[in-house]
Amino acid sequence: MIFLELFYTFFTIGLFTFGGGYAMLPLIQEKVIAHGWMEMEELTNFVAISESTPGPFAINISTYVGAETAGVLGSLCATLGVVLPSFLIILIVARIYVRFKNSRAVSATMFGLRAAVVGLMAGALWGMLKTVFFHSTPVAWSSVLRPEFLCSAVIFAAAVTAALKKVSPIIIIVSSAAAGILCGCLFL
Amino acid sequence: MDLRQQLRQSLRLFLIFFKIGAFTFGGGYAMIPLIEYETAEKRSLIEKSEISDIVAIAESTPGPIAINSATFIGYRTAGVLGSAAATLGVVLPSFVIILIIAFFLRRLMEYRIVQYAFFGIRAGVLALIVKAVVSFWKRADHHVFGWCIMAGAFAWSVFTDWSIIALIALCGAAGFVYCTVRRKRGKLP
Repeated sequence: MIFLELFYTFFTIGLFTFGGGYAMLPLIQEKVIAHGWMEMEELTNFVAISESTPGPFAINISTYVGAETAGVLGSLCATLGVVLPSFLIILIVARIYVRFKNSRAVSATMFGLRAAVVGLMAGALWGMLKTVFFHSTPVAWSSVLRPEFLCSAVIFAAAVTAALKKVSPIIIIVSSAAAGILCGCLFL
Repeated sequence: MDLRQQLRQSLRLFLIFFKIGAFTFGGGYAMIPLIEYETAEKRSLIEKSEISDIVAIAESTPGPIAINSATFIGYRTAGVLGSAAATLGVVLPSFVIILIIAFFLRRLMEYRIVQYAFFGIRAGVLALIVKAVVSFWKRADHHVFGWCIMAGAFAWSVFTDWSIIALIALCGAAGFVYCTVRRKRGKLP
């Protein structure tokens, strides 16, 4: 049943995401795209939508995937699923807060997890780069000279420079959209 | 705290976190300053010094930072009822806004100009993910063990289709064993 499946999938995603926000991307790619609920390109579009609307990425993406798959009830199930693990775990942790904070076992486990999240996110980024630049797996180097690739590369390079200089995400997204329209009208 | 007082506090929490959810773009960490202002500076629901503890706990428990902090502060202020109210408050604005967007997006995507705009946006938004990877990289611990885990996790996710959850469990266990062994040898406090 689709509602249970949405709930269960987002429950696992919520349960195994450490660090919040985009740390969720590797699991979204594995679970949501594998289910056929979303495509990589759509996910990339949605990151931009989530950045331009208020609220946490986790809630935005679960609501969206739920709504696209099974309407309002679907989005309710997915969002409830992503929220519930955090909610229950924090209820427990809030009771043993001081012991949790000073726990060596927790800090030792987090030591491994923090490193894992960096590698996983780089992997998720790689997957998205491949889709945006090559539209396909396997990577075809012959497509490097196509106008789509060149436009994407220029926009990406400019955006990375801007992002690392702490330009606001909204400005980056709006300028990229303008650049996309310009490239589209001129070259595509 | 009697039930009436608890209900009143919960309603207050709901409104505060609704406001936080409705006005922070970028989620998670972008929310922390606003949470600090609304709950510690403007009203003294929690101590200002507790904010860094809350961030630390949100980071070492699974799930979105926003939910973790809302649940935690809600619980500390007004028990389970308070935590449910705060969490519902922080979730509701996004939920409603995205439902509306989901309703229109498909139709908008039929226009060529919107497709071109998203063509540009897809390339641009990757930069924000690059930035997120960089900031996670800066927050991680830097030494050989951590780098091996990072490289291993990258390879696992790119070159295999093995379960990411299994990898996360493995890396948590590896960190635990590594730190315990180092501590026994007296190399960690």
